[in-house]
Amino acid sequence: MGKVLLMQGNSAVVEGAISAGVRFYGGYPITPSTEIAEGMAKRLPEVGGKFMQTEDELAGMGAVIGASLAGVKGMTATSGPGFSLKQEMLGLACSAEIPCVVVDVQRVGPATGQPTSPSQGDVMQTRWGTHGDHWVIVVSPTSVPECFDLTRRAVELSETYRCPVILLMDEIVGHMRERIELPESYDDLPKFPRKVPSCAPEDYLAYRDVDGTKVPPMAPFGSGYRWHVSGLVHDETGFPKGTPSATRTSQDRLRTKLTDRLDDIIMTESYRMEDAEYAVISYGGAARTAYDAVDAAREQGIKVGLFRPVTIWPFAEKEIAGLSSKVKGILVHELNCGQYFLEVERAVHGKIPVTLYAKYDNESASPEEMLEEIKKMTGGAQA
Amino acid sequence: MKEELVEKYFRPGRLPHLWCPGCGHGIITGAIVQAIDQEGWSKDDVAIISGIGCSSRASGYLDFNTANTLHGRALPIASGLKMANPKLHVIVVSGDGDCTAIGGNHLIHAARRNIDLTLVVFNNSIYGMTGGQYSPMTPVGSKATTAPYMTIEEDFDLPSLAQAAGATYTARATTYHTQLLIDVIKKGMEHKGFSLIEAVSACPTNFGRQNKMGAPALMMDWQRQHGVPLAAWNKMTEEQRAGKFPIGVLSERTDRKEYTEAYDEVIARAQAAL
Repeated sequence: MGKVLLMQGNSAVVEGAISAGVRFYGGYPITPSTEIAEGMAKRLPEVGGKFMQTEDELAGMGAVIGASLAGVKGMTATSGPGFSLKQEMLGLACSAEIPCVVVDVQRVGPATGQPTSPSQGDVMQTRWGTHGDHWVIVVSPTSVPECFDLTRRAVELSETYRCPVILLMDEIVGHMRERIELPESYDDLPKFPRKVPSCAPEDYLAYRDVDGTKVPPMAPFGSGYRWHVSGLVHDETGFPKGTPSATRTSQDRLRTKLTDRLDDIIMTESYRMEDAEYAVISYGGAARTAYDAVDAAREQGIKVGLFRPVTIWPFAEKEIAGLSSKVKGILVHELNCGQYFLEVERAVHGKIPVTLYAKYDNESASPEEMLEEIKKMTGGAQA
Repeated sequence: MKEELVEKYFRPGRLPHLWCPGCGHGIITGAIVQAIDQEGWSKDDVAIISGIGCSSRASGYLDFNTANTLHGRALPIASGLKMANPKLHVIVVSGDGDCTAIGGNHLIHAARRNIDLTLVVFNNSIYGMTGGQYSPMTPVGSKATTAPYMTIEEDFDLPSLAQAAGATYTARATTYHTQLLIDVIKKGMEHKGFSLIEAVSACPTNFGRQNKMGAPALMMDWQRQHGVPLAAWNKMTEEQRAGKFPIGVLSERTDRKEYTEAYDEVIARAQAAL
């Protein structure tokens, strides 16, 4: 039997992390994510974990990487300006394959922007923020219960695929309070243990794919398996090797360890899509408007549904391409000038009209406003 | 250094190192290894975390739990590692630019927290890997590729900086004073709290050449002439001290709690309140 609570999205992230076995947090206060740091500072020591308020955003991310090297699950949280500062470390975590969860509760940007207003302007930054070709997983919750679930899922994905996972939130979801039912105890919830080597220490190569998953087992520092971490291009030994073939081999594995498993990684939700002739695509806090707008349109006889990508990156290419052969038009709604929209256009490839309903004025859209946009797309089509 | 120490602590197949002929960094790396050997620590219990630069390549040569991370960022990563596993002996290898320029903020805060890390700063007075640009520890009035008309910025007195920030052990030695270097690193490893050891090194290629310091042996002789044991230093007048620097254990205090131990008290308080 669980307990029913009224809880903020940021607090649900804290509980999700604790329940998934996160035992280290390093970070710096920044609106609108600060409640995550505050919550972790209170909750971690209660469960024997550790919290560090670091001197800056870079150090918070660095400390998480260090804890992860010791085999302790680590998380950090931030907002746009801090997320910009974490990019270099994100690249290290990608390259050296160090599991960690980074929460970005988006605010309006660029620069200081509008700290307490909603935006989804960091979508492309989560994909391309750090320099160089790299591959990350990004998931985006729409409700407070989903903040809990997706934080857990982010931990699982990062441990499964040995890569940083970004929990992409926005001010709406981070600060919204909503009903959530949590278990009385987290003891029975999965804790997503990391794959560790089973070979003898002298045979261990930290970046060798031993089981065909392309995800090498990772030995905690101090466990008797001595290995070397490097941000330089490296081969399966972990030591720098920058030859063209070593670089290509490394890049290919870092990419295909994710792209081979898209069926596991990509999560989507379809709402009233069964007989839909049109689709709205929206995610995160913006999707909350879409549920109501779809309901309102349905009441007026418009056959529209919501397709909600829960995994933002890797992009749900197959699913959205498939959508384009089922519906007559797609309306993408996001709280930016059109970022995910570009990817949707690319996947649809001109097959059907894709229109953008961009909102970037510090406020979320109302269902009424979105209904008007839906009507523009459908040309007032009714059943 | 004894051959058997190379066999025991250096990774097979990783040598030769990339340091230039006459570079002092091998001496410092050797001193770290000798200090560890004297402690008798298991290799499994030691982590060496480095940033970026010539000095930071040392981690890859050594057979411990090692990480060659990002420029200036070794200390935060080492701090998280130490917090997650306080039983590890965590040694941080950094250079003068890595530690005091791009990593300067992390330095003062690691010192302030008094977290039990041993930081060995390989100070060769220059950015060596990028070819001779001045660092915050290049002596004022030196030439560098980015200071063709001589530097005008005062250099840090690194142990004093760390002391002021809260480091509870600071020391300095040079690659000429090798035995002292081993001793102060060993003491720093034994010290419970944040330890900083400035190891004065020579970069004949990128500092010595630009500043006409002569052959590597002459640069070590410069260290002999300018590094003054603390006891002698304390008896010198200001005029006699000019251009020279004290070597030895420069500060040690035991009145401040070590960070991971203090955090254990946080856990105890949190759990008592449940």
